[in-house]
Amino acid sequence: MEKFTRLTSVAAALPQENVDTDQIIPARFLKTIQRTGLGKHLFAGQRYDAKGNENPDFVLNKPAYRKAGILITLDNLGCGSSREHAPWALLDFGIRCVIAPSFADIFYNNCFKNGILPIRLSREQCLALMDDASHGENARLTVDLEKQEIHRPDGEVISFEMDPFRRQVLLEGLDDVAQTLKNHEQSIREFEARPSRAWIPSTKQAGRPQSVIGAKGEQA
Amino acid sequence: MQNPVTPRTLYDKIWDDHVVKTLEDGTSLLYIDRHLLHEVTSPQAFESLRAAGRPVRRPDATMAVADHNVPTSDRSQPVEDPQSRLQIETLEANVKEFGVPYFPLRSRQQGIVHVVGPEQGVSLPGMTIVCGDSHTSTHGAFGSLAFGIGTSEVEHVLATQTLLQKRSKNMRVRVEGDVAPGVTAKDIMLSIIGRIGTAGGTGHVIEFAGSAIRKLDMAGRMTLCNMSIEAGARAGMVAPDETTFNYVKGRPFAPQGEAFEQAVAYWKTLTTDEGAHFDEEVVLDAAEISPSVTWGTSPEDVLPITGTVPRPEDFADPAKAERIRRTLAYMGLEAGQKIAGTPVDVVFIGSCTNSRIEDLRAAAAVLKGRKVAEGVRAMVVPGSGLVRYAAEEEGLDKIFRDAGFEWREAGCSMCLGMNPDKLSAGQRSASTSNRNFEGRQGPDGRTHLCSPTMAAAAAVTGTLCDARDLLEPTMAEGAA
Repeated sequence: MEKFTRLTSVAAALPQENVDTDQIIPARFLKTIQRTGLGKHLFAGQRYDAKGNENPDFVLNKPAYRKAGILITLDNLGCGSSREHAPWALLDFGIRCVIAPSFADIFYNNCFKNGILPIRLSREQCLALMDDASHGENARLTVDLEKQEIHRPDGEVISFEMDPFRRQVLLEGLDDVAQTLKNHEQSIREFEARPSRAWIPSTKQAGRPQSVIGAKGEQA
Repeated sequence: MQNPVTPRTLYDKIWDDHVVKTLEDGTSLLYIDRHLLHEVTSPQAFESLRAAGRPVRRPDATMAVADHNVPTSDRSQPVEDPQSRLQIETLEANVKEFGVPYFPLRSRQQGIVHVVGPEQGVSLPGMTIVCGDSHTSTHGAFGSLAFGIGTSEVEHVLATQTLLQKRSKNMRVRVEGDVAPGVTAKDIMLSIIGRIGTAGGTGHVIEFAGSAIRKLDMAGRMTLCNMSIEAGARAGMVAPDETTFNYVKGRPFAPQGEAFEQAVAYWKTLTTDEGAHFDEEVVLDAAEISPSVTWGTSPEDVLPITGTVPRPEDFADPAKAERIRRTLAYMGLEAGQKIAGTPVDVVFIGSCTNSRIEDLRAAAAVLKGRKVAEGVRAMVVPGSGLVRYAAEEEGLDKIFRDAGFEWREAGCSMCLGMNPDKLSAGQRSASTSNRNFEGRQGPDGRTHLCSPTMAAAAAVTGTLCDARDLLEPTMAEGAA
């Protein structure tokens, strides 16, 4: 995973609440078995018309925002489906930082796993940054994760909160799986050996022959 | 560790029993008892595992099935779409290579992962259950902690059988009293989401409690927990009780004999202690819940079927008014119109929310001896091959077919506009699924979420309508 330290970029504003992951990438583009190449489908429903032509009014189609590295929305960004294709599509388009007053839980987690920094700010602060974003290339924002600061074009600094563990993972671009195996293997083994867990059956073999789930939810 | 005398919630108890280790910053390494896989969100995880040369740590705690991207037409034919076929074949190759138990596409056990897990007894009370799908919350109906994860976390669980997690807050939603005849679990859940909003549960795990919840069968509890994610919650749960134990007993992958009795003894401890702390509590009066339907493009846009669509001018907040205006335009509805009487083009009965045998029985009760209105396409997609088979044993397929419904094979189907079952632009559906987002069922499709009873009634009249008008009094009593 690519590290996130400091980013200076144009920001694109999408002043909508509840931007769900179906909007970020519709399900018909989830047939891939790869992580890459999804940027062209980002916000497909709003970005293209039925014939696949670009909708010139959509923010990411405007010349100033075609290389936006930051996306700002209103509340509850990323609600709905758990699809990690949503951050993959954002990343593939070039967006490394998403800013909103609030996020849906799964999407928020998924961002960190892909080197995308999700920042929670107040609604007022988000609206102020959207105003900056409206000036396009003349108003780049700088996001500094080390200092936990956003620098506005007029020099104002907005600080943001960040979980220290997640901050470290992003700053160093750490691989979660390798870290867990390296640091916790012994603890996991001990946990698995607990006698209180003996009741849990294996999924490898059915304890009784497969049968029909019949009337009234019972088995025939 | 919590002091054992501190009263704990159901969520607290299951959480505490699965903490492998708590790190300095309060993040916990949580052990996962069941990992369910499907074809759409797993290929990239297996690919990373393969690249790193890692095995699946616990194939015996894992189960896979293809559901999202499968056609629901004739299963004897190969999957036509090359991309879909590749995704399914990739899952089949991965489960073989890594030794993961799998229900093949042509087996009777195949179906929607959230129907199959409970049906097979793979999902059990007291467990932590994850899957790369947000509707994993369904399994919380058993008194388990079940939640959706992204593909990177799927990889983490495959490799380590754990997840790094922060403890969520506790929220309780109590529904007290009796629902009126013709009011179902779906109506209860839509009403809850309408009340607390799609972000109402963010950061929380919801425990559903109260006398109206206790009276629900397992299918109803699954419908409820399934849509917890539509309220923004990390998970939804119902404490296990006799209804749960009776459902689980004898399922193929459930503990058998003495092991079952031991498990039940443990499961009986999984109730919220008197005096346990909830960060949020919401109470609904069951008697006030009506058959409900969504009018907009967010699951919180809920109305009783007797209600009227909102007017933008009734909202002081200009952003809210603008959203209403935009939603009305997308949905092709007039401000202030009655929602009943809105004509529908498609009726979809299915999805992990409402495709169980109980759901099919409820729809068939409305359809018996009736016909689908002219010009309406109506389809029923059972949640699994076993549900389909059971329905055929009961003769429900005949009721559906005689009414003019398509009787299809199991899968996610029209819930998500990914496989061949889609709405075309401008088409309007009455759907028993869980999301009415813009384009969810197909580009520019319009979705009205409702119960199987209400969807069946819409099929018969060709419009969104109050199903109670079509139910015999005795049938209305029996509709659950």
